[in-house]
Amino acid sequence: MYITLIFLGIIMATIITWLLRQTLNTQPWVSEPADDAVSGASMDSNSKTVALTAFLAVATSVFALFISAYTIRMEEPDWRPLAEPTLLWANTVALILASVAYHWTRNAAVNGIQERLKPGLMLSGALTILFLLGQIVAWQQLSAAGYYADRNVANAFFYMLTAAHGMHMLGGLWVWARSTIKVWTGAEADSVRLSIELCTVYWHFLLLVWIVLFGMLLST
Amino acid sequence: MAYVSIADRDHEVEHHDDPQTFITKYVWSQDHKVIAIQYGALAIAIGLVGMLMSSVFRLQLGFPDTFEFINPENYYQFVTVHGMIMVVYLLTALFLGGFGNYLIPLMCGSRDMVFPFMNMLSVWVFGLSVLILVASFFVPGGATGAGWTLYPPHAISPGTPGTEWGIVLMLASLGVFIVAFTMGGLNYVTTILQARCKGMTLMRMPLSIWGIFVATILGLLAFPALLVAAIMMLLDKLIGTSFFMPAVIQAGELTTNVGGSPVLFQHLFWFFGHPEVYIVALPAFGLVSDLLSTHARKNIFGYRMMVWAILAIGGLSFIVWAHHMYVSGMNPYFGFFFATTTLIIAVPTALKVYNWVLTLWQGNIHLRAPMLFAIGFIFTFTHGGLTGLFLGNVTIDLPLSDTYFVVAHFHMVMGVSPVLVLFGAIYHWYPKMTGRMYNETIAKWHFWLTFLGAYALYLPMHYIGFLGVPRRYFAMGDTAFMPDSAVTLNAAMTVSALVVAASQLLFFYNIFVSLKKGEKADPNPWKATTLEWQTPDNPPKHGNWGHDLPEVHRWAYDYSVPGYKDDFIPQNVPASEAPAGRDHGVSH
Repeated sequence: MYITLIFLGIIMATIITWLLRQTLNTQPWVSEPADDAVSGASMDSNSKTVALTAFLAVATSVFALFISAYTIRMEEPDWRPLAEPTLLWANTVALILASVAYHWTRNAAVNGIQERLKPGLMLSGALTILFLLGQIVAWQQLSAAGYYADRNVANAFFYMLTAAHGMHMLGGLWVWARSTIKVWTGAEADSVRLSIELCTVYWHFLLLVWIVLFGMLLST
Repeated sequence: MAYVSIADRDHEVEHHDDPQTFITKYVWSQDHKVIAIQYGALAIAIGLVGMLMSSVFRLQLGFPDTFEFINPENYYQFVTVHGMIMVVYLLTALFLGGFGNYLIPLMCGSRDMVFPFMNMLSVWVFGLSVLILVASFFVPGGATGAGWTLYPPHAISPGTPGTEWGIVLMLASLGVFIVAFTMGGLNYVTTILQARCKGMTLMRMPLSIWGIFVATILGLLAFPALLVAAIMMLLDKLIGTSFFMPAVIQAGELTTNVGGSPVLFQHLFWFFGHPEVYIVALPAFGLVSDLLSTHARKNIFGYRMMVWAILAIGGLSFIVWAHHMYVSGMNPYFGFFFATTTLIIAVPTALKVYNWVLTLWQGNIHLRAPMLFAIGFIFTFTHGGLTGLFLGNVTIDLPLSDTYFVVAHFHMVMGVSPVLVLFGAIYHWYPKMTGRMYNETIAKWHFWLTFLGAYALYLPMHYIGFLGVPRRYFAMGDTAFMPDSAVTLNAAMTVSALVVAASQLLFFYNIFVSLKKGEKADPNPWKATTLEWQTPDNPPKHGNWGHDLPEVHRWAYDYSVPGYKDDFIPQNVPASEAPAGRDHGVSH
């Protein structure tokens, strides 16, 4: 559980430090004109960005716990590491490119370059779908080679972790589909900008999660 | 009164976006107040089921071999589902889904949650999780009887009730609940952070909001542990993986499982399970602070300390989980570590208790029903907290862990205590939610029967725990550690439990009859300072504030400020109209 503790420790410490800084040196019982002028919002940001940040903390918690469970369970003597298919390297490249493509699309949306939105979104979506299909093929290769989930827990972890990551990708694709449909039906860059920016953050996050998971799977 | 300044403008306001049909107004509503009541009604309805189950298994414990309809199977099923319902589906859902939804936008001065659609989705997904839970009683084999902690291997091994479908539905229901909670939780956090009205700094927020806020953060970070554990156990059950399942000999044959770690499940479960205690306790701390301050006509003692204590408890709650696992065996240094952190958490908690008592000190105490429940909470919580200090020590926990002492401890500290706060809070906000007053006399009867009944139930339970009577058993039989006194006490405890259960009828009678027949409530019957009492309409309409959002000019605790015409100054009264306490040289 050390890994989870470190992750959650960092998240909790960040939250508590931030909150303490907001709450130290105030005397709430004194009615201060400076306080009266405060707009109410705690951050110079919008609600969706704040909500996504909070969701990323939740998702980090999920993956940190999976990783903790993995490291605890692999200590048992029955653990038989599996040979990860080389296809996973290609999938990783696809996901990196998807992330880069999304960033490229984001830059277009921020700078109002309307004509780059459609190709950008198509490319990001296609590469992500390619990644997911690649993961499914990797599953098939593994089960064809006899690495069933009930044969050894290392196999089970492989399927479970990739599935958990894939489910998060699918959630991202749903938002991607919404902004893509909007752009196709003639939405201006400004109206989809926030959605594309947040998706970019989410894609980078899931790329990071995948690199951590893949590294862990390869090294154990 | 101050709310008039907003109420005056009411006639100018047109409610363009008011939902019109029954369906959009009460079913698929996106109004946080309706969603709050939906959450609350669902939670209380399933909580009632949980309470009836406890009455049934108390009958068995008090009068063994008397009732034929209770057998070991349904005894274990009821014990299990009772625990899960009370902790997750009643307390978590009612505090955060119910009061979180109702109070956050109103107390922060917002029109609604920032994502109303997701909020609506949250309550219906919660409804689905309740439905799945209830369905588990009607599948082959019935609901799971593994104990609310659902420990493997027995939770999914033949011999335990509900290992066919019951456990699958229980885990699925928990997964669905977590999805619902996450949707709600993201809303609560974002609304508190971003949608407060002008002038509402973090340190001007009422403590109710602080408690709900930090509890939601804990929930968002801790529920994933339960989700991960549930997914892995489902895979063990459904496709035969060995995450938690060790090699077991069943009916003389070795199962296909090998090497699984039941202790890993315990780590995951309690990594959720301990913060869960505070997910329930922190909102209770917040709500009770506001009840005490309002009904004692006095500012809360040590507001800043109260906020920091909530933060400290929230942080510490993540590093104490293994104190639930002393009996599972662990490195002595770990035991020392977890005992130390557990005892440290008593420091901020005790600070809060002192501050509540000091809030009452020299207050102008009005012993209305909400205040009775709030003061009752101080008793039961102190009581349950002190026995927690016993159990936090490894050497004392080991002999007591499997006895009724533990049952008595956690029921006092996270059963009775938060439930008392919930009742107090429901009575307190009832006039705002419904626009009617409840019947004070019936509410007081409800308090005394519940409070004294709970003590009559749980005080003797500590004693039989000390005698060594083990928990979890269907029947004790004729054993040396069950002296006659313990048998008699068990019967008396059952009678108390039934009296407490029956006295809840008073509560339901009161809130349902008062809906129609209650006296019409003043918009601010308790003369409270917080924003929800200053709404232009009572109960508030969709959008809460009419034309203009309120502006906040002071903290939530300006009670009995000398020199002002009333003994309370609402948060939206400017300093020019009424100086804050300190400006008048009043020391808080």
